[in-house]
Amino acid sequence: MSGVNRPKIAVRGLKKSFGPKRVLDGVDIDCGAGESLVIIGGSGTGKSVFVKCILGLLRPDAGSIRIDGEETVGLGRAARERLMRKFGMLFQGSALFDSLPVWENVAFGLIQGRGMERTRARDIAMEKLAAVGLGAEVGELRPAELSGGMQKRVALARAIAAEPEIIFFDEPTTGLDPIMADVINHLIVKCVRGLGATAISITHDMTSVRKIADRVAMLHKGRIIWQGPTAEIDASDNPFVDQFVHGRAEGPIAMEVRAG
Amino acid sequence: MLSFLASIGAMFLAFLAATGRIVLFTGQAIAAGATPPYYPRLLLRQIVNIGYFSLPVVGLTAIFTGMVLALQSYTGFSRFNAEGAVATVVVLSMTRELGPVIAGLMVAGRVGAAMAAEIGTMRVTDQIDALTTLSTDPLRYLVLPRLVAGLLTLPALVLVADIIGVFGGYLVGTYKLGFAPHSYLQRTQDYLETMDVVSGLIKAGVFGFIVALMGCYHGYHSRGGAEGVGQATTHAVVSASILILVANYLLTAALFAR
Repeated sequence: MSGVNRPKIAVRGLKKSFGPKRVLDGVDIDCGAGESLVIIGGSGTGKSVFVKCILGLLRPDAGSIRIDGEETVGLGRAARERLMRKFGMLFQGSALFDSLPVWENVAFGLIQGRGMERTRARDIAMEKLAAVGLGAEVGELRPAELSGGMQKRVALARAIAAEPEIIFFDEPTTGLDPIMADVINHLIVKCVRGLGATAISITHDMTSVRKIADRVAMLHKGRIIWQGPTAEIDASDNPFVDQFVHGRAEGPIAMEVRAG
Repeated sequence: MLSFLASIGAMFLAFLAATGRIVLFTGQAIAAGATPPYYPRLLLRQIVNIGYFSLPVVGLTAIFTGMVLALQSYTGFSRFNAEGAVATVVVLSMTRELGPVIAGLMVAGRVGAAMAAEIGTMRVTDQIDALTTLSTDPLRYLVLPRLVAGLLTLPALVLVADIIGVFGGYLVGTYKLGFAPHSYLQRTQDYLETMDVVSGLIKAGVFGFIVALMGCYHGYHSRGGAEGVGQATTHAVVSASILILVANYLLTAALFAR
């Protein structure tokens, strides 16, 4: 995956509050085309809110989000629907539709979002399921019949089914055993590279970070407090990053939690 | 005293805010239907769910309502020798009031609750956000088919409920109260006007829309996991039931204004 050249995604001064609680307090970050950026940070630091603002699921209070140079904050319904075609998203809890069989979950964006004929969409869904290591028989099952790891694979297949330009991964390995987590990480790298897509992931899992990231940024108290190549994360010279990466209870983050 | 007035004011402001949110939600859902794609399969599924699967509960309620109505009106009218009006009272009460109101309340309990629970679960498990990321407008995909199905289906359900309710009155009238079958049916027809039935069907359409709207609105805005979904379900049924009774009075006043 290449480094940052022309930003695919450019975020400037992004702010978002919920009542009196300011979650994002002026986030500035770029993500280059074909780059895999991972956002790390403690629980409740606004990682999911950041991604939801880019996706348009939440409306920012202030700031700018440019995709391919086009301002996306305040887009109308039709323009937003068009923009969504660039995106794929893997949700933390997979967010598969219970009422539909697995193959229709994977093909959903093709059938409903793009009006593709069902038999063709089904063929593509089966291809994508195979790409994440699931057989055709799984396509006929309901999501509730699958294990957590299989649900994540289906969610990954759904995220890449329409071959999006930008894919978001929200805690892709949460709740999985280490082996399945590694399988998912491997599939993420394979799929993102295969599509040549830009990827933004949010995670707590440092193993996952080292496997899937080209560049890492740390979100703390609503701001990006450090960003750099993955290889530099162990020598960041930032006490917040250092504490988070090494998972230590003692450090500036813990001290602030106690003070709060 | 001031705090009492302040709390009344706060409640009134909260009521206005909730009304505004519901009106906006309705407007957005209807506006979403102005442009394709449309989902006829989902509409059909909702029509079957609201109409066909509610038939047993609505039918049972209607038949017993018609039976009780015949018994009670006989008891009252016999005190001033007007027993002959029983058939007329049963058919007018069923078509104008009880058919639509009872069907509306039953559907609110059965369908409104299910809608709130289903959409609420989709909300708290990120499935609604997932729809958006898959280029599908959740209002167009989830809400609009339910609103249209509620609007179209409840009148058909009420028509069936009217017939079953009148049949219940007929059973009690002829087998228990001793009316001649032909005479009872004649009385049923004699004073029934088209507007009696039509006004009930208009009410039914409005009640169906209210039930679907409350189910969708409360489900769509549910928060906080299983507890939030439970609250959404309760709110959907309670608010739909109250609104049905309020709308019933307003529609009756409007439709029968002299």
